[in-house]
Amino acid sequence: MSTHEVSAREAKHAHGHEHESGHLAHHFETLDQQSKSATLGMWTFLATEVMFFGGLFGGYAVYRAINPESFALASRQLNVALGSINTFFLLTSSLTMALAVHAGQTSNRKGQVRFLLLTMLLGATFLGIKAYEYYEEFEKGLIPGLHFNSKGVLQFPTSFSELAVRRTQLFFIFYFFMTGLHATHMVIGLGVLGTLAVLAHRGHYSEEYYTPLELSGLYWHFVDIVWIFLFPLLYLIDLHK
Amino acid sequence: MSTASTASAASGDRRPNYLNVAYGLRSWLLTTDHKRIAILYMITITFFFFIGGAAATVVRLELMTPQGDVVQPEDYNKLFTLHGVIMIFFFLIPSIPAVLGNFLIPMMIGAKDLAFPKLNLASWYFLVGGGLFALWAAVTGGVDTGWTFYTPYSSMFSNTNVMATAIGAFLSGFSSIFTGLNFIVTIHKMRAPGMTWFRLPLFVWAHYATSLIQVLGTPVVAVSLLLVGLERLFHVGIFDPKYGGDPILFQHLFWFYSHPAVYIMLLPGMGVVSEIITCFARRPIFGYRFMAGAVLAIAVLGFLVWGHHMFVSGQSMYAGMVFSLLSFLVAIPSAVKVFNWTATLWKGSVTADTPMLYALGFIGLFTIGGLTGLMLGSLAIDVHVHDTYFVVGHFHYIMVGGTVMAYLGGIHFWWPKMTGRMYSELWSKLSALTVFVGFNLTFFPQLILGYVGMPRRYYEYPPEFQVLNVMSTAGASILAVGYLMPLIYLLLSLGIGPKVGHNPWNASGLEWEAASPPPTFNFDETPIVTGGPYVYELGGGVQREHA
Repeated sequence: MSTHEVSAREAKHAHGHEHESGHLAHHFETLDQQSKSATLGMWTFLATEVMFFGGLFGGYAVYRAINPESFALASRQLNVALGSINTFFLLTSSLTMALAVHAGQTSNRKGQVRFLLLTMLLGATFLGIKAYEYYEEFEKGLIPGLHFNSKGVLQFPTSFSELAVRRTQLFFIFYFFMTGLHATHMVIGLGVLGTLAVLAHRGHYSEEYYTPLELSGLYWHFVDIVWIFLFPLLYLIDLHK
Repeated sequence: MSTASTASAASGDRRPNYLNVAYGLRSWLLTTDHKRIAILYMITITFFFFIGGAAATVVRLELMTPQGDVVQPEDYNKLFTLHGVIMIFFFLIPSIPAVLGNFLIPMMIGAKDLAFPKLNLASWYFLVGGGLFALWAAVTGGVDTGWTFYTPYSSMFSNTNVMATAIGAFLSGFSSIFTGLNFIVTIHKMRAPGMTWFRLPLFVWAHYATSLIQVLGTPVVAVSLLLVGLERLFHVGIFDPKYGGDPILFQHLFWFYSHPAVYIMLLPGMGVVSEIITCFARRPIFGYRFMAGAVLAIAVLGFLVWGHHMFVSGQSMYAGMVFSLLSFLVAIPSAVKVFNWTATLWKGSVTADTPMLYALGFIGLFTIGGLTGLMLGSLAIDVHVHDTYFVVGHFHYIMVGGTVMAYLGGIHFWWPKMTGRMYSELWSKLSALTVFVGFNLTFFPQLILGYVGMPRRYYEYPPEFQVLNVMSTAGASILAVGYLMPLIYLLLSLGIGPKVGHNPWNASGLEWEAASPPPTFNFDETPIVTGGPYVYELGGGVQREHA
């Protein structure tokens, strides 16, 4: 940006908004307008995320509706205990995230840093357990491809059609792709929270300005909600039978 | 537009505007000014337009003769794929929103900028990055799947650069999402005092509807391309029958985005036409609220009709019937648009300035495109003309006859606002007529060719089709001249065009009250809006006030 532009901008800024805080960008009239715009932007982004995952959920729904028995059989191979523990960790991380936002609203700098780090710790634990689950599934020979079910852990009843047999493998393609995409979102989330923790430590956020904390919280809760759908759809199929 | 307090209209030479406020490459590549980003987009998509046009030129040359002679069959496949990918992802989808929408929406609603200026700049970098991937794919061997990337050909069998091209399209999708997100938030939160929803120009309504599609449709094609990429990499995927998958699922996911994408290309054009028609007929738009409702209706219905691309792909007959019915419903709001533009012209004081020539061309060509669309939406006719040149002719009437005409009309309408200069009236009228004649000569024969059975995407054809193909190629040559002319006289106008005042067309939008070219923050004081967008009195006439 040229000096011309900067000086013009600063002159305008000083002229129009002396009473507002330094967080106000030049093109907004008030901080309120700015934070409401940012919030609407985040919700709109989350709508795109819903559609992004929606394509996968749609495909899952179609195949499961046609071959529910394949999906149920394949689902039994997942580690429900570890999945449940992970669900607990992730839900708790949403709580600590909400507490971090609250610490922002109350200008509690120490609280912001502490709860952000706690949220990251819980998220990282989730990813660690998830990685261990992937390792288990690899050991059981459940990676789709040439060597799928090479150890014969999946026993197909004679009632299974050839298509139903194939669709157990399709279940695992969905499983790895959906949980992998979810994990990718968590890794991005960890990066965002790490940045926020540094900035919070430097005292960037207070009751006057905590929009980044709030919006990152929305993102984190969204990732959490995706898991709330993934967990029963992947781990708990027909578990009651 | 009547306003209680507006920017000073006087535009002295000395006043800094968005063009002369800073110089140098850096001041452009790092700008966050929506007007400068619009110019960056304009340069970029013009470049891609001529790349895509060059590919089309070779295709038309090959089709001059029944036998294959200019290129090899494999290269022919790569050329029409290049044409489609470049034109759709890197020209048509960004065209009107990213250039005209970017430049005008903040001005039309009385804002200083879009809500997220840095995101706006990022969206341009994503488009450029995506475009570089697509071009790299083209020069290192090309891709031959067609722009549709249908599985299993794209995922299992094609030995061409599918990955790089898909990454390019994926990145351009992010660009589109960012633009849509920015527009939605801007239109919701940045309107000037008094700018109520029903005082918004129809251009803004059209972009709002477009943005909804960009935000809700694009992620679905993104995930589909991601799945194709993974299937290529690992040879395992949900579209592969070997694992119980179904290639038809890809078509469903692809068209769930790519049909609404047609409306991403078309709706902004409808917005442009509404602005031009009112100005050059000196009449308020007929049925404003219906016009605003119609663009939203098209956006919503557009999400429910994708299956009409798959009538012969093996989807259930009953699904086909429902999709056919829903496709017909789109005709209702589309007809509302056409009838209301016509009613706006009725008893207006119509002048045939260049933007108006393009806008009138749009209405006629869009009508043909729409009516042939109804034929394709009928199950029985579609079986007959599926995958023929009838389809090619139909969608070019929508995308070229519709979107490109509107884009050029809009560029000519707002050029004096963007540059402060007026272009040659004679040459611009001549180019508008050349484009119109060239377009019809190119694509009307294709409608006939398809109807009598010439399949699309073939590089050879029976000799009896030659006359119509030669006509089409001749038309394409005229069209190419028509497109090169504005490139020349618009660039020349930057140096030798007469300077114009803030409102050379005597138009009534808020954007015309800012100086030409506008200062960095558009208005000196935030305007206060007290009336609707189309304040025209009969007999007012366009006053050319070339300074």
